[in-house]
Amino acid sequence: MATTDTLTATATAALSPSRRLLLTVSRLWAWLFLLLMILFFVIMVPWLSQGVSFLTVRNSQNILVAIVPVLLLGLGQTFVIISAGIDLSVGWVMSLASVLSALAIRNSFNAGTPLWLAVILGFLAAVAGAGAVGAINGTIIAKLKVPAFIVTLGSSFIVRGLALLWSENTTVVGLPDGIRDYGNDSLFYWIHGEGGGFYFLEPPADLPTQLRRQLDLILPWPVVIALVVVAIAMFLLNRTQFGRHTYAIGGNMQAALRAGIPVDRHIIKLYALSAITAGIGGFLSTLRYTGGSAVIGDPLLLSSIAAVIIGGVSLFGGAGTIIGTVIGALIIAVLTTGLVMLNVPAFWQFIVVGAVVIVAVLIDQSRDLIIGRYKGGAE
Amino acid sequence: MSEPVLSVRGLVKRFGGLTAVRNVDLDVAAGEVVALLGDNGAGKSTLIKCVSGVHRAEEGEIFFAGKKTAFGKPIDARTAGIETIYQDLALANNLDVPSNIFLGREVKHRYLGGLIKTLDNKTMLRESRGSLATLDIQFPTLTQPIESLSGGQRQAVAIARAVYWKAQLMIMDEPTNNLGVPEQQKVLELIRKLRDQGTPVILITHTMPDVFAVADRVVVMHRGRKVTEKRTADTSTEELVQYMVGARDDYRAAASVAGAA
Repeated sequence: MATTDTLTATATAALSPSRRLLLTVSRLWAWLFLLLMILFFVIMVPWLSQGVSFLTVRNSQNILVAIVPVLLLGLGQTFVIISAGIDLSVGWVMSLASVLSALAIRNSFNAGTPLWLAVILGFLAAVAGAGAVGAINGTIIAKLKVPAFIVTLGSSFIVRGLALLWSENTTVVGLPDGIRDYGNDSLFYWIHGEGGGFYFLEPPADLPTQLRRQLDLILPWPVVIALVVVAIAMFLLNRTQFGRHTYAIGGNMQAALRAGIPVDRHIIKLYALSAITAGIGGFLSTLRYTGGSAVIGDPLLLSSIAAVIIGGVSLFGGAGTIIGTVIGALIIAVLTTGLVMLNVPAFWQFIVVGAVVIVAVLIDQSRDLIIGRYKGGAE
Repeated sequence: MSEPVLSVRGLVKRFGGLTAVRNVDLDVAAGEVVALLGDNGAGKSTLIKCVSGVHRAEEGEIFFAGKKTAFGKPIDARTAGIETIYQDLALANNLDVPSNIFLGREVKHRYLGGLIKTLDNKTMLRESRGSLATLDIQFPTLTQPIESLSGGQRQAVAIARAVYWKAQLMIMDEPTNNLGVPEQQKVLELIRKLRDQGTPVILITHTMPDVFAVADRVVVMHRGRKVTEKRTADTSTEELVQYMVGARDDYRAAASVAGAA
């Protein structure tokens, strides 16, 4: 038969049960991999490093704090890559935002602005500065039709220069001390065992030193803010026209154009969004380290792209989810932390993460093969 | 013949030194399928792109629904009711059927006085189902990315989209290309159904059986010119082929006059 494809049978509906199982596994592999990895470290860490356990409250919170910057860069990047673009500038944009917010906080505080207002000004400086870079990136990509790879590569150099210039050599110091609280406090506090308890917003002031040492931070502020950004990103991508059009542009640019979607404007918004999530990351790092750093974001760029790819976002565009990126970032953080706790030399993390990225793409491709082979077999 | 829905008069389109469409007239009435026949490079696609707003003609006039029009962009033509279904279908294969039917014209819930808008997927699914039902199209599921659909099914989605948005003229570019035989039949059936519901169709093709299967009239183009216009019932494959290859030409005299002018 030339074709058995008819108007009433779809390809996936007719897959054999074993194929369908394989398909499900290939779709959920990132979750499975994360769970298996956690299980592996839970067993191996106490075995190889006596008296240490992996799945403690403190360790889990440390992992969460560690992924915040990578996750924030990855969230914006998820939108951009779903639209079949790429944003290589986010690492340095994060650095620039960190410098800008530090300058805004320091200078406004020194001019007599109350601390809370200075922090808000710092946030606005980070978001506005980053957003401006993103909007310029998007405009050059959309209107002048320069490939995103080139535009964002070029702008990352420009932004790097600006961050280093304005920070007067890598760091902005002299921020008010109170900033540290904003960056390092948490939503809940917990003291395990006798005399302890669960506290909202702040621990009791009169804690004995011995108990204070056991204080665990539950949901530190950077994690809370990252969770809010995750929720907004999920809402945008899944529930709104903005998200639908992002998928459409990545799936078939011509179709999007012919459907009357304002593609140029949408692309500008996407790169602005990507830069803004990076800007939030820069702002949070300024609070956390009580200073602006012009080199904080650069090493995170490739990790964030790795997280996005591990999370199943297709570099060809049109496919991907926010939750995938979250899982991708978690996989990288758990892997890194776990290997350190196993006393494996830290450089191994790069080798393992690299392998996971390639395996992730292989699994994505095998999914097409699972369906594709069926199509071939029908002839 | 009733008042034509589309009326093209003396249309000329040049690309630099090349004249792709020379002085072509074309009328399409409601409830009529007109086949536009011609070899590759005969100018049929260029003619259609002038009608659908992709190209701007250098000379001539286009009347649509009685009004003179000059569409600057494809979206203007679509808004006016001219829906063009290209060979590549212009569907986003990574999206499901309702998302494609409503692409760019999504139905939304409004909250806080329109400050927050979310997609109303339920309504879009229901409307899509209804639109497909009027064309007797049945899919097992509408909420899977359409990349899992066959070529004919995707063709059906593109047609359903045009029907849903009340296309007053449907232009289809080689709709049966790359389809298996049963699928071709199904697509031709859809074209007949469109005609029966009053939507005129211009069918661009070089597949002779399609012409005789669905077209009421056939217009043949050769090297940018209209060489004949016949009722399908009054002609034959052999005759049409002679026109297609340029062996016959009903308007040669008129053309040479125009050429001399």
